[in-house]
Amino acid sequence: MSHRLPGGGRLTDSARPISFTFNGRRMRGLAGDTLASALLANGQVLMGRSFKYHRPRGVVASGVEEPNALMGIGRGGHFEPNQRATMTELHDGLEARSQNHWPSLDFDVGAINALASRLLPAGFYYKTFIHPRAAWKHLFEPVIRASAGLGAAPKDRDADTYEHAYAHVDVLVAGGGVAGLAAALAAGRAGQRVMLVEQQGHWGGRTAVDGGEIDGKPAETWINDAVQELEGMGNVTLRTRCVAAGVYDHGYVTCNERLTDHAPHDPALQGAPRHRLWRVRAGRIVNAAGALERPLAFPGNDRPGVMLASAIRDYLVNWGVAAGQRTVIVTNNDDAYRTALALVEAGLDVPLIVEARANATGPNAAAARAAGIAVAEGAAVIGTTGGRNGVTGLTLRRADGREEHVTCDAVGMSGGFSPVVHLWSHCGGKLAWDEAQAHFRPDPDHPPRGADGTGMVLCAGAADGAGSLADVLESGHAAGCRAVAETGGTAPDGPAPKAAQAEIPAIAPVWIMPADAGAEKREKMWLDFQNDVKVSDVQLAAQEGYQSVEHAKRYTTLGMATDQGKLSNINGLAVLADALGEPIPQVGTTTFRPPYTPLTMGAIAGEARGPLFQPVRETPIHAWHVENGAHMEPVGLWRRPYCYPRKGESHRNAVNREVLNTRGNVGLLDASTLGKILVSGPDAGRFLDMLYTNVMSSLPVGRCRYGLMCNENGFLMDDGVVVRLDEHTWLCHTTSGGADRIHGWMEDWLQCEWWDWQVHTLNLTEQYAQIAVVGPTSRALLEKLGGDIDLSREAFRFMDWREGMLGGIAARVFRISFSGELSYEVAVPASRGRAFWDACLAAGEALSVQPYGTEALHVMRAEKGFIMIGDETDGTVIPQDLRLDWAISKKKDDYLGKAAQARAHMVAPDRWKLVGLECDDGAVLPEGAYVTAPGRNDLGQNRMIGRVTSTYHSPTLGRGIAMALVERGPERMGEVLDVPGEGGRVHRAKIVEPVFYDREGTKADV
Amino acid sequence: MSDPVSPLGGASYEGFATVRDAGPRGMITLRGDLAGAAMAKAVAEATGGDVPGQGEAATGPRGTALWFSPDELMILCDHAAAPDLAARLAGLLSGEHALAHDVSDARAWFRVEGNWRDVLMKLTPVDTHPDAFREGQVRRSRVAQAAAAFWPDAGALNLVCFRSYAPYMFALLSNAARKGSEITRP
Repeated sequence: MSHRLPGGGRLTDSARPISFTFNGRRMRGLAGDTLASALLANGQVLMGRSFKYHRPRGVVASGVEEPNALMGIGRGGHFEPNQRATMTELHDGLEARSQNHWPSLDFDVGAINALASRLLPAGFYYKTFIHPRAAWKHLFEPVIRASAGLGAAPKDRDADTYEHAYAHVDVLVAGGGVAGLAAALAAGRAGQRVMLVEQQGHWGGRTAVDGGEIDGKPAETWINDAVQELEGMGNVTLRTRCVAAGVYDHGYVTCNERLTDHAPHDPALQGAPRHRLWRVRAGRIVNAAGALERPLAFPGNDRPGVMLASAIRDYLVNWGVAAGQRTVIVTNNDDAYRTALALVEAGLDVPLIVEARANATGPNAAAARAAGIAVAEGAAVIGTTGGRNGVTGLTLRRADGREEHVTCDAVGMSGGFSPVVHLWSHCGGKLAWDEAQAHFRPDPDHPPRGADGTGMVLCAGAADGAGSLADVLESGHAAGCRAVAETGGTAPDGPAPKAAQAEIPAIAPVWIMPADAGAEKREKMWLDFQNDVKVSDVQLAAQEGYQSVEHAKRYTTLGMATDQGKLSNINGLAVLADALGEPIPQVGTTTFRPPYTPLTMGAIAGEARGPLFQPVRETPIHAWHVENGAHMEPVGLWRRPYCYPRKGESHRNAVNREVLNTRGNVGLLDASTLGKILVSGPDAGRFLDMLYTNVMSSLPVGRCRYGLMCNENGFLMDDGVVVRLDEHTWLCHTTSGGADRIHGWMEDWLQCEWWDWQVHTLNLTEQYAQIAVVGPTSRALLEKLGGDIDLSREAFRFMDWREGMLGGIAARVFRISFSGELSYEVAVPASRGRAFWDACLAAGEALSVQPYGTEALHVMRAEKGFIMIGDETDGTVIPQDLRLDWAISKKKDDYLGKAAQARAHMVAPDRWKLVGLECDDGAVLPEGAYVTAPGRNDLGQNRMIGRVTSTYHSPTLGRGIAMALVERGPERMGEVLDVPGEGGRVHRAKIVEPVFYDREGTKADV
Repeated sequence: MSDPVSPLGGASYEGFATVRDAGPRGMITLRGDLAGAAMAKAVAEATGGDVPGQGEAATGPRGTALWFSPDELMILCDHAAAPDLAARLAGLLSGEHALAHDVSDARAWFRVEGNWRDVLMKLTPVDTHPDAFREGQVRRSRVAQAAAAFWPDAGALNLVCFRSYAPYMFALLSNAARKGSEITRP
């Protein structure tokens, strides 16, 4: 059974016990433990159930690659599923729950799937889609849903905070092992801006565990010295618990830093975000992410207690935890002997090393023999025994064919090491198959390339396929020096850190053990522990025609889910290659996609949640609206008052009141959101004549003109009042939502097409608060404010503008009307907008002034038949459809959209055109309803001949009014058409002119 | 006459850095040929200093000119002085293809005092490292989801964004300046 050794490990502090719970059971660990090491120390080998068959599973690895020991950590707003126990640092009060079982980890009903494993072969999921059809919905889907899935989704709102941080560096080094440290030292000493990130909470990687001598010092001392030197460099940023997650175009790298997961209650970390997503621009990226050990595919290799040999060594050295009392090592290479030696040195039993190679002659093997450990050369494991609480023994077949059972309570397996090439591959770096080391390594001739066409990622150390400590250090230093040179620096003179060169004996590639295994054994050889993919599944996929590795992955689920096949991919594709009879490099790997390890959604969102999810734009009068109970609605990013309901008043009644008061007395509208773009220069008139469909160059100074703007395809995209300020200057009003877009549109044409025209634009939208004073007594209200502007009918005509003082505030007044009433829009500096609004309310008190919102604005413009961008237009409507021909110049040679508007389809007589609709019974037509004609179209659907674009109850007229686009609408005046509504009701609506109120325009002309 | 009101009425937040609504300030947009003599004359009139180079801020005895684009400057001055100054500058530039306009109220102005680099590097993709961004320089970019211009002076950061974004920007800067969330711990 797994247990803690006296004295603890390199990273644990025996003086600081820590209390935590696992599935509600209280356990003890030590400061420095991971959840996985603490569970093993408590004898808890069983840590989860597998995805498909719910098989009992123990921890396999000691790092990011762990497929099995996934936990739900925390509770409530701090709960997160699928956390790897190997990467979860223990802290007091940590609550962990194992996953994927019901009702309990020890007794799981779903394990029945395991008995039915022959019924759940590769592609089972897809096969259930096919036949019988009904079986999917009623049988397979409910069963699969109930038994599949890893952790439960959190139910509560995430209580933690997250943020982003941007960094720009010459060299980003990913990985704080000795290769990464050597690279960072080289780049740091050269004075480059360097960032070094390490995914674990400690430095040194494998070397810190395996030891050795560097530059004449013990490896751990060298590591500490290196970190200290780097910490002393102002040009170097070091981050632990920070994984380089993804490499993207142009040297863009995301790194996720976990700041508080290891100590959420530490007062020193109060206020710190839980995770910080670094968004780094790097000149060069040094991938020093190390290598991952591969499992061996022997029958029964998924029993709890069967672990990677390197992981067993990590638990022993780092945390003083023995995976078992008696450990058998199964290997095809020399590295696993280190584990055997470390175990024996710690006083534990290693009864046997099962060596797949015919001869084990390396220095580690010699040392093992010298330590008295038996080595069975040319042997293979052909089965394991045990239960849910772990392995109890294994059966091997020796070279001479003799079968033998060995009792043990842990098995350390090693199938060789695969370089972590993810960061090299994310952006297109290619791999080469290294026959001698039996792994894919980065192909230096095909790097991922940056903006300048040169390779932007360099690989170092084990990630580059280096094996010995000496080679790893040399490779790290060389990558650092090259990164310096390629980012414009001068590489330091000093030599690479030195270690004694050691010969590494060749590995024997072993993808299936034993090689001659029959069907029964192959069904017990797990390739992917997390997704329950066995050798037999991959072989079946190949047999069924899945030759591409990408297809085989999806068919079998090999390499999917949270670990993305860190342990399984290479073994799986080797088995696939064998089944297809092709060489491994020809089959290739699946695509490596970011992130390297899972990120939380919170880290990706950063600060953009809750109130910071999206900006909310506020006018200078916003606070008044809120204080006075306005019901707000979003308009672009703005919030605008929809209406101002009084106590107990419905929104509809409020809108009716606001309309009637404005038409009867005077209303105030906060129109500050309207776009206001200044266009000036000698060519400004010519420019506006191109932008608008009508002529703006001829507009006299002092006058206003309504204009339409179309895109190149002729479609109406914005409208508004244009004002001639002086000889060279116009002020263009745009819709509220269109201001930024239209400003960009103007600059686009000026910068890209008409770059030699002398025109300047300036977005003044926010410089002014704009208040519409609307209604029969609006002139009286302005007069009451007092000022130097002659407001009389004769001196200040409709579509005039004047500048002067109003109520003591510098104002520009436009006599324009979107309601049909006598109306003025007053622009004042935004810093005085609220003061002017207050002054209008005070001056209008005796005139029964009331504010009105956007809905009253809409009702009044619809009563007058004025179009609204976004209601009457949807990107497919041209001004001619809206019968706005009066605002389209026939004289101009050109304007944007003119050519398009002459296309056959645009001038077709059966286009849908603007009309009014009204019902005999005064009903309000449903929004967005279609107008239909008898019969069916080519597709057998109702024949649609139009649609309702605006529909309101008109309080002025006491009935419903609507605007609609109808096929040949203007030719059908008086016709009564069907407008199907909800619940089968069909309205009968008569086609009328779309001006419902004051058709003669007498109201505004007073 | 009423006093001018800034969008947040002088609000402030104290975190590891202090975020302040800097109140109403004068701003004038100049557009035109930045290399021309008339522009040099206008800038000299406004600030007493030179036309700033690309990405730079040029401070003179009367004010500061910020480079905003290849043909655009922002003049910083007193709020009360801006309308008259804008008119004067327009006069100096008349006859040129140029534009001078008071935009004092179009933007909200924040000052971030203390460790402003840590605040800024959480929010903008601009390189805010001291080697790449220092006093005398100005940047226009994205600050989270809002457009902004920012430039350091006297040990603090100035930041302007469009006025309607002021509540968002204040909340954003304050959130980024939360105590304990420093990036470069002392």
